[in-house]
Amino acid sequence: MRWHGGHRWVVLAAALCAAAGCRRGDPPGGRNQLLNVSYDPTRELYADFNAAFSRHREAAGAPKVEVRQSHGGSGKQARAVLDGLEADVVTLALAHDVDVLARAGLLQAGWQDSLPHRSAPYTSAIVFVVRKGNPKRIRGWEDLVRKGVAVVAPNPKTSGGARWGYLAAWGAALRRSGGDERKARGYVAALYANVPVLDTGARGASTTFAERGVGDVLLAWENEAFLLADEIGKDRFDIVVPKVSILAEPPVAVVDRYADKHGTRAIAREYLEYLYSEEGQEIAARHHYRPRSEKAAARHPGGFPRLELFTVDEVFGGWEKAQRTHFADGAIFDQISVPQARR
Amino acid sequence: MTIRRARGILPGFGLSLGTTLLYLTILVLVPLAGVALRGATSQWEEIWQASTSARTLASFRLSFTASLAAGAANAAAGLLIAWVLVRYRFAGRSALDALVDVPFALPTAVAGLALTAVYSADGWLGRWLAPLGIKVAYTPVGVWLAMTFVGLPFVVRTVQPVLAEIDAHLEEAAAVLGAGRLQSFLRVILPTIVPALLTGFTLAVARALGEYGSIVFISGNLPMRTEIAPLLIVARLEQYDYAGATALALVLLLTSFALLLAINLFQRWSVRRLGPSPG
Repeated sequence: MRWHGGHRWVVLAAALCAAAGCRRGDPPGGRNQLLNVSYDPTRELYADFNAAFSRHREAAGAPKVEVRQSHGGSGKQARAVLDGLEADVVTLALAHDVDVLARAGLLQAGWQDSLPHRSAPYTSAIVFVVRKGNPKRIRGWEDLVRKGVAVVAPNPKTSGGARWGYLAAWGAALRRSGGDERKARGYVAALYANVPVLDTGARGASTTFAERGVGDVLLAWENEAFLLADEIGKDRFDIVVPKVSILAEPPVAVVDRYADKHGTRAIAREYLEYLYSEEGQEIAARHHYRPRSEKAAARHPGGFPRLELFTVDEVFGGWEKAQRTHFADGAIFDQISVPQARR
Repeated sequence: MTIRRARGILPGFGLSLGTTLLYLTILVLVPLAGVALRGATSQWEEIWQASTSARTLASFRLSFTASLAAGAANAAAGLLIAWVLVRYRFAGRSALDALVDVPFALPTAVAGLALTAVYSADGWLGRWLAPLGIKVAYTPVGVWLAMTFVGLPFVVRTVQPVLAEIDAHLEEAAAVLGAGRLQSFLRVILPTIVPALLTGFTLAVARALGEYGSIVFISGNLPMRTEIAPLLIVARLEQYDYAGATALALVLLLTSFALLLAINLFQRWSVRRLGPSPG
């Protein structure tokens, strides 16, 4: 009987331990194999890209390379690599997750400068998805804090995508008020007070908005917003593009330690560089990621509305600092979300 | 004097005990020690601070009250279900019996999605409850519902065999001796099944406390209101704060251990108090 009482806890502990990394990644196969550890919404993108990459290798007469994929929440994926999942390359949602790997010595500190465009071959922005016809007349950021507007956004504490959304809101408020931090804080607090459901991930938030019918506005990645419109129907949602938003730059990097261990450094680098090729850029654009190549962007007119975009480095002084001031324990997001619930 | 072991029907006490210990060590003790070790790297002050912030306390309060309420609901409903399954013969009984185990087999994320779909404001059931002012999805009620769902089989499965074992003659004897229906239930049947009922209740509460997968879908995860304790642990892991996460996990572990111990003590007390089962 006493065993029964405790055994659930042991299971929880075991699960926690698994999440915390008592698990070891499976060993790699031959040296013509790459493991790309990525985040959730890139599933379709990399399925296409990997096929194109192997066609390209074949055409060049190079030996075949098999690319295996792993997808999950960006932070969870980084933790898996940190704890021994031997990824040759990581393609994650935010630079902070790669920084953590660099700090652990898995790749060098200057990783972000080893590929063009700060190692982000494609970008995205945070946009709004509203119900068809935009009944609440949402035009810009200031409409999200109006009384009676319910905003669905994922939880910045548990989701990388959600952090981009939070920082987009903060940066936009900063722009409007001419750099007044106090006003930005007030705005973001009011915004999250309008959030009835804080899902743990970006996909979860999309589901809550689209399938459960909760909320008037969904804060989403641009590519996720288009996917929602494509998959569930253009007749149910409109995409509203604010004047100002954040330039989300999902980074890619070779994990030096494991690539060297597997002898795959050259292939891993070639794989990532191919993301910057015309074909790589075209595939990214097709999946609604903003390509760096203007030629690729021009082939998708209307796919990438013009808006003023600011970067994390410009407004927040880099991810390291943004993480510390906004999302760490007891930092601004925690401070604004506690009194909100007391209403 | 040497102690003679009774010859059992299964050979190899040494082998079977060795296997048991090895199994428990690999599966239970080592992972648990890992948690304790990781948690031990943080300062006591930190642990104290992390576990006494208003937000953490609110999540603990929700986790514990909702699991106790879910356990209680399951104890009442589970007893009824077990009674129906044991005492009556009707068409579809075995199908009903099998249905009880579904919450064990279903991946919890699926359960969470399904419950949310049905109980959200425009879901099949939610749309009838909404005009009455009852909101289930994205409220503490939703948390309780998900916990009740995952804990359903425990009480049924612990009470069922005990109930089946009760000799019908006992009830007949009670009736002959002049006991009413209520009296023979309270004085004859209930004392026999209380230990099993409490075990089921404990299991259901423990299961509910550890549940994460289904609850995050239906709760809405709002700080101070519908945030469960396991979510705070995951949030800390998401920030690479292993020490903070394990510290919270330890606090949760110890608190629930104390709670379960209390229930067990109560169970022993009730067994003594109500006496050994008649017969």
